[in-house]
Amino acid sequence: MKRSAALVLFSVGIALYCLVPFLWLVLTSLKSSAELTAIPPKLMPSFHLGFYRSALQNYGLLHYVGNSAIVAGATALITVVLGSLAAYAIARFKLKWTNFYLLLLLVVSMFPQIAIAGPVWIILDRLQWLNTYQGLVAAYIALSLPLATWILTTFFREVPGEIEEAALIDGCSRLQALYKVVLPLAAPGILTAGLLVFIHAWNEFFFALIIMTDPTVQTLPVGIALFPGEYTMPWGEIAAASTIATIPLVLLTLIFQRGIVRGLSAGAVKG
Amino acid sequence: MKSSQRLALLFLLPSFLFIALFSLFPIIESLRLSFYRMILTLPWLGQKIVGWENYSDLLTDPVALASTRTTLIFIGVTIPLELFFGLGMALVLNEAFRGRGLLRAVVLIPWAIPTVVASQMWRFIFNDRYGLVNFVLFGADTSRYLAPLADPHLALAAIIIAEIWKTTPFAALIILAGLQSIPDDLYEAASVDGATPWQKFRHVTLPLLKPALLLALLFRTIDSLRVFDLVYVMTQGGPADATNVLQFYGYKKTFGEGMIGYGSAIAVTVFFMSLLLALAYLRAFKASRVQGQAP
Repeated sequence: MKRSAALVLFSVGIALYCLVPFLWLVLTSLKSSAELTAIPPKLMPSFHLGFYRSALQNYGLLHYVGNSAIVAGATALITVVLGSLAAYAIARFKLKWTNFYLLLLLVVSMFPQIAIAGPVWIILDRLQWLNTYQGLVAAYIALSLPLATWILTTFFREVPGEIEEAALIDGCSRLQALYKVVLPLAAPGILTAGLLVFIHAWNEFFFALIIMTDPTVQTLPVGIALFPGEYTMPWGEIAAASTIATIPLVLLTLIFQRGIVRGLSAGAVKG
Repeated sequence: MKSSQRLALLFLLPSFLFIALFSLFPIIESLRLSFYRMILTLPWLGQKIVGWENYSDLLTDPVALASTRTTLIFIGVTIPLELFFGLGMALVLNEAFRGRGLLRAVVLIPWAIPTVVASQMWRFIFNDRYGLVNFVLFGADTSRYLAPLADPHLALAAIIIAEIWKTTPFAALIILAGLQSIPDDLYEAASVDGATPWQKFRHVTLPLLKPALLLALLFRTIDSLRVFDLVYVMTQGGPADATNVLQFYGYKKTFGEGMIGYGSAIAVTVFFMSLLLALAYLRAFKASRVQGQAP
């Protein structure tokens, strides 16, 4: 009895910790200007959608959403294709140097962004890829491949090799065996990896900030961080834009919770 | 045998090219550039080799030294608190109760929120006029309201709170995975021996959790060396450089002032800091494994 009471208390505490700051943001976005600046603050908003209208009309919010969707979508797609090829080779061929490659990926994933940012900027400048989708996507693919390859390798190792050998005997090529037999079986893992890469690319700020200086191609995090406001900050619009940037992620996370937790711990705890 | 080698190479090559061009080459190039003087946006002015000058400047640059100190304080305060709260969260999430699945999903919310959004969110919570923190502390008495983000003594604390809020769930997830790998019969055996819950935690859970705790420590420390978004949005490194962590200082030098040589010296310093930390933790990790295997 005592144990369960403590458990309820702690559970509620954790839920409040995780939810209250975010709920405050959502409630702020639904207020009117007068409610926003009221002291004492109004807990319940009037569900006035003025800030959303303003963020969409005056700040071109949809434009940033579109840029983020393009960049994160392309990054997730290409990373998962390249990462699957690599993970398949690592999981199936069991060669010595493929393990070395996994280790290399782990080391690369620990690089602080600032340690590679300058040269990445110079490379993209030479390619004339600054302020282009492909420039940011190329950098994101390189940043996402380590985690994606680790997760995918874990999942590919769980696909039994016999099924694939049967397909090879039946006359499939390696590539056919991969996309006709292995990929469908590893689909949950691929979905998880794609989702994690998408979330990462959707949220990434540092490289987006240095690569995208032209507002027409900027992604949501850059738009939200650089929200224009000289003397008074447009808090309502910032809250509305932030809510719009976050809701898809929160929904994805709640729907695919199990997969995400598995994916996050796949790379981590096996090591 | 040969053909599988070639095939493996073929499958790995495309992803390796991306890693090579956008991670491996840049890290070597940063190392090289840290011995040069060059303006990022004016490459035609040329590169001048200056030897160790950037590094010796770094050692006498009071801003860089203060920045290193700020970074170490940031890590030293956030990591223990994150692990402590993360362990607490994981212990609760590991219990069997109704609604556990829902709570596990809720815990992921701070992790899923874009860091820039979390930064703006906390910036508003710490706002000097409409912030929730001020209202909770002082009620409607606006004359006593603080401006934490404009106060050199409070700004870093505000960023630390935001960082802990955002990243504790990740630490909790790693620790939870470690908890789940502890076999139940160990707890049952301890119960048979009459162990109290505290004794079980102290002598069963903690020793077996050591690898997971070390792993969380490793990931979180290396990641907190990269803190940038919170600083950029909440304080821009200020007030009076009070929150100017190394990653932000390197960004400012390289991209704000275009001094890529000096910026690279800062970048290389951060790189070696995380490398040293990683190696130290990996050694501790190996030692704890060897210990764990002994009966």
